[in-house]
Amino acid sequence: MDCLLYSFFSVPKESLRNKMEYLIHLAILFAIYAILGISLNLVVGYTGLLSVTQSAFYGIGAYATAILLTQSGINFFFSVILGIIITAIVSFLMGIVLSKFNGDYYALGSFGFNIIIFSIFLNWQDLTRGPLGIPGISRPILFGLDFSQNTIFLFLALIILAIIYFISRFIVNSSFGRVLKAIREDEKAIQVFGYNTFNYKMMIFVIGAAMAGIAGALFASYITFVDPSTFTLNESIFILAIIILGGLANLKGSILGALFLILLPEILRFVGFPTEIAAQMRQVVYGVILILLMLYRPQGLVGEYKL
Amino acid sequence: MKNILEIKNLSKHFDGVRAVDDLSLEIEEGKITGIIGPNGSGKTTLVNVLSGMIPQDKGFFIINGEKIVKIKPRNIAFYGITRTFQDIRLFNQMTVLDNMLVVLTKRPPVGALLEKHNQLYLNKAKDILEKVGLWEKKSELAINLSYGQRKLLEIGRMLATSMVTGEPDIFLLDEPFAGLFPHMAKIVESIIKELKEQGKTMILIEHNMGLIRELCDYIFVMDEGKLLAEGEPENVLAKKEVIEAYLGE
Repeated sequence: MDCLLYSFFSVPKESLRNKMEYLIHLAILFAIYAILGISLNLVVGYTGLLSVTQSAFYGIGAYATAILLTQSGINFFFSVILGIIITAIVSFLMGIVLSKFNGDYYALGSFGFNIIIFSIFLNWQDLTRGPLGIPGISRPILFGLDFSQNTIFLFLALIILAIIYFISRFIVNSSFGRVLKAIREDEKAIQVFGYNTFNYKMMIFVIGAAMAGIAGALFASYITFVDPSTFTLNESIFILAIIILGGLANLKGSILGALFLILLPEILRFVGFPTEIAAQMRQVVYGVILILLMLYRPQGLVGEYKL
Repeated sequence: MKNILEIKNLSKHFDGVRAVDDLSLEIEEGKITGIIGPNGSGKTTLVNVLSGMIPQDKGFFIINGEKIVKIKPRNIAFYGITRTFQDIRLFNQMTVLDNMLVVLTKRPPVGALLEKHNQLYLNKAKDILEKVGLWEKKSELAINLSYGQRKLLEIGRMLATSMVTGEPDIFLLDEPFAGLFPHMAKIVESIIKELKEQGKTMILIEHNMGLIRELCDYIFVMDEGKLLAEGEPENVLAKKEVIEAYLGE
């Protein structure tokens, strides 16, 4: 971190502007991944459903927004709303199938869905343009505010993150949230007290997916381009790593996990590895830090619950 | 007195093991009915089938006059049944108070989402936790309680069931005294007596014959999934075949 700060403050103005742009870029990515982390934590951390398919919903939200913005001419906010609805419908259908599974089988089932959705992004070329991706996605303009500037887009991303955080906090602090935790602890036992746990699991799965869809819409609009390579199974595992590292069943943990995993590779750029092995060494150090954290802090940085 | 629960030709097999084998029995309303038998005789399987935790292979129930073939765990509260578990099943990573409040919540998800726990629920949870001696532990995680305290919390949670789903009529108590210190056993005993005074029906699985004699109005003895004997405790416990089932030939 010292290296980062030193290099940040000891540079000419032009370079400083570039570095500021770079920090804003990281902050926007952080906000998007924090939303993804929170959305998955509701499902995995609070309800105990080991879902490995969040990048599919992230992708559906991104593609829906990209296609609607570039092909139908409707504005950003309606595109986002339609994207949320499409993501919710797809997640509802997936949830019905996944409700047949428990534990490891649930994880494997969700894993399968991630691959199916990725294949659709890649192969439904008439709609998604396949590996070519969809370019030219516009940034939003609202009340005269042009979000094409990254600084203003950052505010939008942070406001949406704050809204998602407070909605999630309301959910987990409600009686509904308490039932989710009871499902995580012992689903059969809570059923005996008259709960239809299927309805609870479906509801939180769809809510989590819709939130990931919002993150996807933000991403598509920010990068102005989407292609399937962003929404792979690796991305789902990365989102899962955010919540495990930050802390399961802790919303602040998701934010902290996103901050840590977005910043860590960037910080490692300044460690001074020889250029020919820098990329590989960063991956190694990154992996070692994750393993050490899991060994000595398995509940994550601020978590309340271990998988 | 009428029969509140009838079990008709119930069978449950596990890979050829006949845990419950063509069992029929009748439970009278407002009475404490003991179910005893050696380990592996099918007592807990019977309670698990009755509470929908595992499906039966054959047979049906008549609860309050209504014939029920397929019973699901989520429906038993609405049939007026609640239970405790032999292997304690608390919500371990939740506080003692949350273990209580979670059964005092509206059942539909949207209702639960918009609900704020009112003072009535908190008072109810407090009353029960005080009764089982756990109010001071209300902020502890359930997993951090001692075995006996966990057992008491499970009984407390069972008592709290009534608030939203309606008053339970039938309490299934699967070895509620096992592993309890004497002062804790006294608390459970007084709760059972209090429920009986309220006219509740209880099915008590227990190995302590002193407690069976003291608490039960009627007992069924199970062995290898079948009914071995039934009647008033004093008469049944003196029967040669019952003593043999427990102690061997």
